Amino acid sequence: MAATEKIYFYPLWLRIWHGINALGIIVLIVTGISMQSSMETSVIGFSLVVKLHNIAGVVVTLGYIVFFVGNLVTSNGKYYLIKIKGFIKQPIKQALYYSWGMFHGMKAPFPLSEKRKFNPLQKIFYVVVMYLAVPGVIITGFALLFPEIIIEKVYDFSGVFVTAIFHSALGFFISIFLVIHLYIASIGKSPLENYKSIITGWHHI
Amino acid sequence: MNYRLIILISLLFFASSHLNAQSYQDPQHHACLKCHSNQSYSFHNDVTDKEVKRLMNPYYVLDTFAISAGVHKSFDCTDCHSSEYEVYPHQATLKLEPLSSCLDCHGGDESYAKYKFEEIQAEVEKSVHHKVYGENFSCSKCHNQHTYAATARNSDNVLEIVDYSNKLCLSCHNDMKKYKLISGHNNPKLVEVHDWLPNQALHFQHVRCIECHTEVVDSLMVSHNILSKDHAVKKCVECHSADSRLKASLYKYENLRKRSENGGLSTVLTNSSYVIGTHQSPFLKLLSILIFLATLAGIIIHSIFRILKK
Repeated sequence: MAATEKIYFYPLWLRIWHGINALGIIVLIVTGISMQSSMETSVIGFSLVVKLHNIAGVVVTLGYIVFFVGNLVTSNGKYYLIKIKGFIKQPIKQALYYSWGMFHGMKAPFPLSEKRKFNPLQKIFYVVVMYLAVPGVIITGFALLFPEIIIEKVYDFSGVFVTAIFHSALGFFISIFLVIHLYIASIGKSPLENYKSIITGWHHI
Repeated sequence: MNYRLIILISLLFFASSHLNAQSYQDPQHHACLKCHSNQSYSFHNDVTDKEVKRLMNPYYVLDTFAISAGVHKSFDCTDCHSSEYEVYPHQATLKLEPLSSCLDCHGGDESYAKYKFEEIQAEVEKSVHHKVYGENFSCSKCHNQHTYAATARNSDNVLEIVDYSNKLCLSCHNDMKKYKLISGHNNPKLVEVHDWLPNQALHFQHVRCIECHTEVVDSLMVSHNILSKDHAVKKCVECHSADSRLKASLYKYENLRKRSENGGLSTVLTNSSYVIGTHQSPFLKLLSILIFLATLAGIIIHSIFRILKK
């Protein structure tokens, strides 16, 4: 195989979803942090921040439906399936590569191909984020948008309080994911390679 | 010796509760309440020599259950009202009798000093109520002297405190006749004027009207300087922040603070419940900052190795 072989990893619908989702998530993180610290400036008031957070939340939710359905009806969904064989071993191998192997001239243990878009560690994180954290944050977010539907008391705590804690804890987890996601994306053929791929759709092997 | 004391105290207790039972818990045999706890009353008309049954003025019907739970339950009617009321028909001039105000009994008395009646009076005189109705806006306009209970001081249930307090306001602000008597104009529709407030119903259930409509005074449990609507709190962050004004108002009560202190786990989790998100728990706030810093440190160290090993 030639060194310049490239694969069309990211179809147009996925790139559009990814772009809108990225913008939405960034708005949600910024407005979310701003609300937690009760920031209020003369330019952007608290109520405007709340409104922006709500709108971005709805946009990300609609995007999530596109992502979810897209992965059901297109072949892209297969990249997210986790096999039980090597469930623990493979991600550890990849983690060791990132923390040791790549500095000692070792080759990536799971080179990407038409069959493998994500390495095993990446796959686990993507599945946890996209199929657990994001749905969780959407459900708790909509509950907080309509707080009258939340159960009044969970043991000794107010239901709204528990929901808010879950919502922001998941939001925090997604923020940390975003930071790591953006950094790991710079580990490619060249530091900018992967950022280009998600815009053009082509991934250079 | 101790046994005798206990028996004596118990006897006194039973005797006093028995007295109460006679007055408020058995209204049919009470000189005033046999009429004033009912929708109708009967009397013998000596002029026509007939038994007459009439409807009681609804404003003069007393809730005996509420009275016997109120702070003045140990008083009988004629402790405050003229004993001449025991004669029916009541004399017309009795309407003119001066009734005691709260300060007549509670003012200047050491045993009531902790309630700060004088300071409350001074605050009321600054309030919008006093501006509109002057001295006629007595304490009893909000605090019904017959049934008043110190719910905020005694209850450990926030929702109960909020409900009790808001009903004091709504007794006029949601009653066309009473509101017009004081203000001279129709009452504004509360749901409409609070249209701007997100999740209105939840706010009305969980915080008191006075949280936004009074000036918080540190020395008083409840601020009595009710402000005009132009001075009401309208900024979300006044409450939804680490420095929430609710700490100086609704959550000022010892009984509520104790409950959150005794809550075990809740002390770790909730110190300022009105901050949005995980930051309402100082523990989670610290944890999230540490995780974030650890992530950044990891990335920086990894980048340095990547540059060095290139």
